[in-house]
Amino acid sequence: MSPHDYQWPKADCTRIPYGMYRDPDVYTLEQEKIFQGPVWNYLALEAEIPNVGDFRTIEVGDIPVIVNRARDGKVHAFVNRCAHRGATVQRLIHGNAKSHVCCYHHWGYNLEGNLVGVPFARGVEGKGGLPEDFDKKEHCLRKMRVETLNGVIFGTFAQALEPLEEFLDTTFVNQLKRLFNRPIKILGYQRQRIHGNWKLYTDNLRDPNHGGLLHMFQITFGIARLNQTGGAMVDKKARHNMSWAAQDMGKNNSDAEYSTPRENNNLTLKDGSLLQYRKEFPDAYNLTIASIFPNCIFQQIGNTLAVRQIRTKSVGEFEIFWTFYGYTDDDTSMDQHRLRLSNLVGPGGLVSMEDGEAIEIVHRAIAADEDKHAFVEFGGRGPVGDQDNLVTEAPMRGFWMHYCELMGITPGADAHANA
Amino acid sequence: MPMPEHYFELQMLLDQYARMIDEDRLEEWVELFTPDGRYEIISRENLAQGFALPLMLCENRNQIADRVMSLREANVYHIHTDRHILSQLHVQSTADGWRVGANYALFQTNQVGVSTLYSVGRYEDLIREVDGRLLFVSKRVIVDTAAVPSLLATPI
Repeated sequence: MSPHDYQWPKADCTRIPYGMYRDPDVYTLEQEKIFQGPVWNYLALEAEIPNVGDFRTIEVGDIPVIVNRARDGKVHAFVNRCAHRGATVQRLIHGNAKSHVCCYHHWGYNLEGNLVGVPFARGVEGKGGLPEDFDKKEHCLRKMRVETLNGVIFGTFAQALEPLEEFLDTTFVNQLKRLFNRPIKILGYQRQRIHGNWKLYTDNLRDPNHGGLLHMFQITFGIARLNQTGGAMVDKKARHNMSWAAQDMGKNNSDAEYSTPRENNNLTLKDGSLLQYRKEFPDAYNLTIASIFPNCIFQQIGNTLAVRQIRTKSVGEFEIFWTFYGYTDDDTSMDQHRLRLSNLVGPGGLVSMEDGEAIEIVHRAIAADEDKHAFVEFGGRGPVGDQDNLVTEAPMRGFWMHYCELMGITPGADAHANA
Repeated sequence: MPMPEHYFELQMLLDQYARMIDEDRLEEWVELFTPDGRYEIISRENLAQGFALPLMLCENRNQIADRVMSLREANVYHIHTDRHILSQLHVQSTADGWRVGANYALFQTNQVGVSTLYSVGRYEDLIREVDGRLLFVSKRVIVDTAAVPSLLATPI
């Protein structure tokens, strides 16, 4: 049904219609209003394309995109779909190219996405070919506006949109500067295909309350400490969220103390090296999960540093694409430490695998009742601001209020008043 | 040069390996590794680009046992049955032990009998005889299926 026909009984999004997660028409509209709307989408990291001609092919929503470094040394991004008949131009997921040539009829594009070559444009011996008024300049690959912050590449299809740093807002600009404070090196990728709607994952990320309940590894083996404090921070529109936890500043942060099991719990790992945290930031945060509206997450879980990009596949399927990194000045021991701790996160992560299951059991169970609602009142009702504890899911509502604004939905109003 | 009986014994070990996972005898599965035995799952996509990032990495048998204990005591994951299909073995005799390769296909079936191909790839193993018993000194699972369906809980 029309995305505007669902009932939103509460203006503060404490009720979310299940149809938002299941309806193909909602998904189609999101592709236009969200992913091609007034948002900065995460694209890639500059460290992945250090040299002129280096490229990565990615997706923004359902749209295939080439991100590359052009001869001007700058990062350019454009839609990976030939302006001729719509074929994928660059078929490799990464590499180095002087230009991108479509294999179908050999239309060639330079590294800025401009059409530079069309074979047989004038036909053969005066016969065939394109009309005389054909102008290459009118057949470029659709270009994204690109901005970078400390080597993190963002792009947008929106014509008018605030600059990146304004969009991110202070907390998230500072967080990116903190995580990307010096040159990084890519450690590798992970992909996870989840059979559920992508917004069940953005919800999950804005619900710190589930951390200590669903992900029992932390509690069972003592990663979550009793003296740990935590909360969530949001931007001025509460569309982004950073869940955080910190070690008590007054306590000794030694590895031995960090791996102390919870009281009244006899379970200990045979090998505790997985639980060690090597303090590497000047502050006390040992867990920060910054979710930027709409499609990316910057995570620091102990010493695992990664960016997750949500790639939509259909209304009922998405991929989480994880890019793990360390710093170029990491020594061999730190390299090994980060690889060891990668066991904690990703599709096989000891503290994260449950998310895949949680999303799928919701997606399956709500199928028959698209007009019923999810109940979202942990952390209270009303406007959404910073949260000073982890027993909250209020940042979820911040996401939904902004989502509704972009989708042209007015929560709390009569459904037919929406348009 | 491996003799037919070597193939047979190595085949028996690989068969045990797959059966113990498929029959949810993971505590016995752990015992197929030497104390310093290494178990790694890594995508072909990462290997091809020279990246060391694994999907799962256990650097010794204690860490393998910890994985199993975590599955039993802490983790929540999709309820399923595993079914491995292994290829013929490729066997090389080296100074370190037997280098054994095999292709695998791993199907998963849910509670209502729907089966899907969960993962396909290759094992690259180092196997050695310890006290008269063949054990894995290292097992590297190279997954072609880099896009892990749902999640990765039980070993491949």
